[in-house]
Amino acid sequence: MWARLSGVPLLWLIVTLLAYQAARAVYRRSNLNPCANPVLLCVTFVGGLLLLTGTSHETYFDNVRLLHVLLGPATVALAIPLHDQLGRLKTMLFPLLLAVLCGSITAIASAVSIGWALGASPEVLLALAPKSATMAIAIGIADTTGAPVALFALTVTMTGISGAVMARGLLGLLRIDDPAVRGVAIGTTAHAIGTAQAFQENDTAGAFAALAMGLTGILTALLVPTLAAAVGRT
Amino acid sequence: MIAACTWLLMFQLAGEIIVRGLTLPAPGPAVGMILLVAACTWRPSLAQDLRVAAGALTRHLMLLVLPATTGLITQLDRLTAEWLPILVAVITGSALTMTVTALTLRQSLANCRKR
Repeated sequence: MWARLSGVPLLWLIVTLLAYQAARAVYRRSNLNPCANPVLLCVTFVGGLLLLTGTSHETYFDNVRLLHVLLGPATVALAIPLHDQLGRLKTMLFPLLLAVLCGSITAIASAVSIGWALGASPEVLLALAPKSATMAIAIGIADTTGAPVALFALTVTMTGISGAVMARGLLGLLRIDDPAVRGVAIGTTAHAIGTAQAFQENDTAGAFAALAMGLTGILTALLVPTLAAAVGRT
Repeated sequence: MIAACTWLLMFQLAGEIIVRGLTLPAPGPAVGMILLVAACTWRPSLAQDLRVAAGALTRHLMLLVLPATTGLITQLDRLTAEWLPILVAVITGSALTMTVTALTLRQSLANCRKR
């Protein structure tokens, strides 16, 4: 029965919309407990349902393409909060670039060295390197370094979720109160999923997360192929 | 609402055209975003017109990343085979990245203020 049902257009779209609303309600009721992060809850629930019903991700993706298409205009729409922060941005351009550069290098170096020390395969190491870049940029990097694209989905998605989940606790521990600093730290670490999380805090954090996400993507796209080529030569 | 969505899509299209024309390694919507920031600076009334629609979209970014994020389930074999290095590298790496970024920014902002 499921084989027939899962092909019905709208079914998975409705499941996803319901799961998202339920996850948001749970997240709010838990007093924004990071373990109840809506992306984490939805991926676990919907992913589990797909596995249980034997539905492929391809079928699912076709069904919910509408949401994915809206990600394009939503990315463009980040320009509005960013434009609102332009005045503040001009006063902190150099510190911001410095922080994102240090963060991007840390992301690549720490992931690859920890993975290597724990015996990860070369393919996994290549996929760990750009884990803080957004998906679209990571796929571009996969093409140049020759790592399997699907593997990037794993490391990039897990980084986004873990960054979004740990943000509140870790930044609280470090006593970072400035929403701009919080946003930059979350966006550099956890790309789009982190930016979505930062928008839950406030628009300022969201705007700076979006900016940091873009800068991290650019820097990672420049750094990883260079490093991969350097490592490949030795 | 319809006018605002049309503007957003037109800026995305402009971004896609530039990315393809110059074969840039960047996503088209990101370039569209930069173009829109520039356009809003040049004509601030545009930002006002787009504010409601833009707010609706950015508030629900989490919903819009779900189709791609669920792709995680296609990689479960690899995850079970190498779960330890992947999990430790991802979580420790993220914590280090966030700490380094936050502390660098706070410190260099404080240094700028002193000068």
